[in-house]
Amino acid sequence: MTGRLKTFTLGGIHPEENKLSANAPIEVLPLPKQAIIPMGQNLGAPSKPIVNRGDEVKVGQLIAEAGGFISANIHSPVSGKVLKIDNVPDASGYKRTGIVINVEGDEWDESIDRSDDIRENIELDGKEIIERIKEKGLVGMGGATFPTYVKLMPPPGKTADYLLINGVECEPYLTSDHRLMLEKGKEILIGTKILMKALNVEKAIIGIENNKPDAINHMTELAKAYEGIEVQALKVQYPQGGEKQLIKAVLNREVPSGKLPIEVGCVVQNVGTAFAVYEAVQKNKPLIERVVTVTGKAVKKPSNFMVRIGTPVQELIDAAEGLPESTGKVINGGPMMGKALASLEVPVVKGSSGILLMPESESHRKPENSCIRCSKCTYVCPMGLEPFLLSKAAKVGRFDIAEKELVMDCIECGSCQYTCPASIPLLDYLRLGKTMVGAIIRNRKK
Amino acid sequence: MDNIVIIAVSALGGLGLIAAVILYFIANKFKVYEDPRIDEVEEALPSANCGGCGFPGCRAFAEATVKEAKEHKSLEGLNCPVGGNDVMQEVGKILGLEVEQQAPLIAVVRCNGSTANSPAKIQYEGATSCTFAHALYAGEGGCQYGCLGLGDCVDACDFDAIHMNPETALPEVNDKCTACGACVEACPRDIIELRKRGPKERRIFVSCVNKEKGGPAKKNCAVACIGCGKCEKVCNFDAITITSFLAYIDFQKCTLCRKCVEVCPTDAIWEVNFKPRKPKVPKPGAEEVKKVPETKKEIEVAPAEPKPQEDKKEEVPKDNKE
Amino acid sequence: MNMLTVSGSPHIHGDESTKKVMYGVVYAMVPAMLVSVYYFGLDALRVLLLATAAALFFEWLIQKYLIKGPITITDGSALVTGILLAFNVPSNLPSWMIIIGALVAIGMAKMSFGGLGKNIFNPALVARVFLLISFPVQMTSWPKPHAIINGLTDAITGPTPLGIVKEGLDAGKTMSEIKPELPTYMQDLIGQMGGSMGEVSAIALILGGIYMLARKIITWHIPVSMLLTVVVFSGILWGVDPEHYADPVFHLLTGGMLLGAIFMATDMVTSPMTHGGQLVFGFGVGLLTILIRIWGAYPEGVSFAILLMNAIVPLINKGFKPRRFGVKPGVEIKTS
Repeated sequence: MTGRLKTFTLGGIHPEENKLSANAPIEVLPLPKQAIIPMGQNLGAPSKPIVNRGDEVKVGQLIAEAGGFISANIHSPVSGKVLKIDNVPDASGYKRTGIVINVEGDEWDESIDRSDDIRENIELDGKEIIERIKEKGLVGMGGATFPTYVKLMPPPGKTADYLLINGVECEPYLTSDHRLMLEKGKEILIGTKILMKALNVEKAIIGIENNKPDAINHMTELAKAYEGIEVQALKVQYPQGGEKQLIKAVLNREVPSGKLPIEVGCVVQNVGTAFAVYEAVQKNKPLIERVVTVTGKAVKKPSNFMVRIGTPVQELIDAAEGLPESTGKVINGGPMMGKALASLEVPVVKGSSGILLMPESESHRKPENSCIRCSKCTYVCPMGLEPFLLSKAAKVGRFDIAEKELVMDCIECGSCQYTCPASIPLLDYLRLGKTMVGAIIRNRKK
Repeated sequence: MDNIVIIAVSALGGLGLIAAVILYFIANKFKVYEDPRIDEVEEALPSANCGGCGFPGCRAFAEATVKEAKEHKSLEGLNCPVGGNDVMQEVGKILGLEVEQQAPLIAVVRCNGSTANSPAKIQYEGATSCTFAHALYAGEGGCQYGCLGLGDCVDACDFDAIHMNPETALPEVNDKCTACGACVEACPRDIIELRKRGPKERRIFVSCVNKEKGGPAKKNCAVACIGCGKCEKVCNFDAITITSFLAYIDFQKCTLCRKCVEVCPTDAIWEVNFKPRKPKVPKPGAEEVKKVPETKKEIEVAPAEPKPQEDKKEEVPKDNKE
Repeated sequence: MNMLTVSGSPHIHGDESTKKVMYGVVYAMVPAMLVSVYYFGLDALRVLLLATAAALFFEWLIQKYLIKGPITITDGSALVTGILLAFNVPSNLPSWMIIIGALVAIGMAKMSFGGLGKNIFNPALVARVFLLISFPVQMTSWPKPHAIINGLTDAITGPTPLGIVKEGLDAGKTMSEIKPELPTYMQDLIGQMGGSMGEVSAIALILGGIYMLARKIITWHIPVSMLLTVVVFSGILWGVDPEHYADPVFHLLTGGMLLGAIFMATDMVTSPMTHGGQLVFGFGVGLLTILIRIWGAYPEGVSFAILLMNAIVPLINKGFKPRRFGVKPGVEIKTS
């Protein structure tokens, strides 16, 4: 690497990294006694259960079908008996349909290759790959949980020339992608190759932030054997893991406002997704487990676990030697964009990248002061918006102004609120603005 | 010297005259004919510009009434909830039409998940906006249907008629309510409903909108409707229906017989502004607390009287059942 | 176990706070404070203490009895206003005038708009202009800087360099005739010239400016565009006729130019929100300053220029938006 490291140009912050679990190898978590599988694990329509109460299921068996175009299949992550199909609480406390399975043994579907052999040879063609990815219920593993196969089918008239693999992991604390790159690098690269074949692109770039030099070296070394795959080190800056920011950083292309990355010929996939693609295509294994970081300043043993979907969060915390007495907030995901959990009984879902336990002393917001118009929120906004103006507009109900000032472009990265010296809940009001403006736009279209 | 004065006066005067003539012709040329009744109707309206009628402001409503009167000879579907019957009769008189009497309505908060009935299990921090909190989580007490207590309805009210009670963290409607419906719109959980004010401000309604099964509902809130169906059975007037474990009382059919209130096992059905019953077997404990506001309310109600609308205290927290 | 907290993301917060920002400004003003005490002696200390105490007191009084809201005098904003007010008056100003100045700054310019963050005009400058118009004699009799070590402070007063130039030119003298009466540039830099307490030493002010830039309290845009405009504009005039116009370096170093550029025009509350707007704002202040200095009635124009530009900040904010990601500059933003 010569010269300055690449990064995106507009805004950005650098919160304390706190990657406490960076050196903890991925451990396989024991099976839970009961798995709770919510139907709404992906962005878009929730899935529809196709099993009944009392049914015996095997690991990898399809238990719920996609409920629409933007939706995903769900496979049983455990073997056992379906206890009930009922309302189960999701991360925010809302009760939604879910399947509860009592775990009995660990019996896998025969079609799944459980060996550790690495299968390099890609036998399927592009169409079959997409079909397989769709069938195995893959969604974006970075947290947005957008069904993967949809991204692999560019709309008519649009073609991709670059595949970007997101190994940035710009969220503080989280290390699941980092560990995955160190331990499953080869699989990720084969997964990348598969995605390239499905998209019919020649070039792929894996973007990794410079705070993971071991991963950069490891992946660069491995990538030499794969034609067309390059590793790009990036300067540490949040929110580089945002699709639009990553594309800007790596390729210096700017996705137009309100458009998708395919507009500039790019498709972005997370390293976790690339790994899942490898397993789905080469091993016929559906998305039934993922790496989850359990971390926090007071956690005795910050760890990275390979966890079956549906495992209650409580069991992960137990495995990291228990919930610290001082915990005041449990976050599903990273501290910048994660969701605070209302209870510990909720399960790990496809989009859970980490469980962060915040001590009580750091769980509360600072008291809000008046805005001093310092404009720092404007300087750090990676989308070039004016959060102070948008949040004020949303607060007083002027959604017309919010819409005109592009509130819908907000990626909810939280940089503005992180930076605000007056501790104003800017993002809360930006989200409110997005909700309301979204509704207004939908109404207008009707 | 004199010259200057004369020149100045005549110059300015002449300018004024020319401008007046130009304005006169322009005014004539661009004159738009407007039905004079629009102004009359607008005059009769309360000028609150609240939008409760569904039109943006009183002027727009006046235009709509005049247009409707011209085209259909009726004012069906048009109603000024703020002005109520008096105003609509007045409007009818101006337009020479009969206007049907409408029962006056009032906003009713159908949630009793107070801090005592639905204790907080988690703590919320952030924007004081129900719409935002609704998108973020289910609620401090765990009920995903219940009131979030952040006051979007209070902000929406133009009439100072709805306020948060800091003790219960629930909104309370007072008699200034004009049934404009702004709070109904504002509530992201559809808790507030416009119901008939009822004779002497007496009303009976189910103070719960939880559609969960009995068990889970009761787990989060002591006074949730569990959909047991007892009220449906006891009602002689077909006024109560139960859909997805939730009872609803149709205020058009309800005769205020109060039978359902007695049978409700979770005290989810409220009666307001009724005389206290003769205590049969007083429930231990809670009884005293409930009694106090109830009697107080009664005293206020009884002597005051007439005017079906403007009067009376609305749900001071409590019903009365024993 | 504690009750879990639920809130929207982000769940962490940077360590910046209003208080830190305000005290950062105070630290940045320390060199200039020391210089003023050094040159103007105990009188300067009196003005400083009185102005800050009065500013804090009025803020407390108004918050407690008029607004009846939370009391936020510890956030440092009134402290900054008080010090800036002291910087903007001569060190021999009578005490009661300083107190009136503080009342105008806090009461009229800040709290009547709703308090911190809501005022349109820079409070300290409003107070300065108020005092200048109300008490022109006292506000323009400048004690000569007189280092304490050189002896006792005495009551010698004299005009500011700008005043000397203005008077001289008005009397029909040429610049080369005036020149010997003026302090040298070296004296301007270290502060040996007549003027308000805080504006005399260029070096002390620049030190403060560097500190604020390093702490990211201010950005370079306003000071640089303002000073650049001054240099270019006055440079053109000087180039055309050096006998009737002072040179750009003189304009830069004298009067409240640096104090204004570094501490007053950069006030967060009353300056534009985007870098583009800040450049325009700085340009406007620079231009107006020179216009007033050369053709106006007052020898000094920075405070008027900043206040005038303050008034159009809302307009600048409307016209200058940040560069939006994914929106080509100049392309009309469509709302679908």
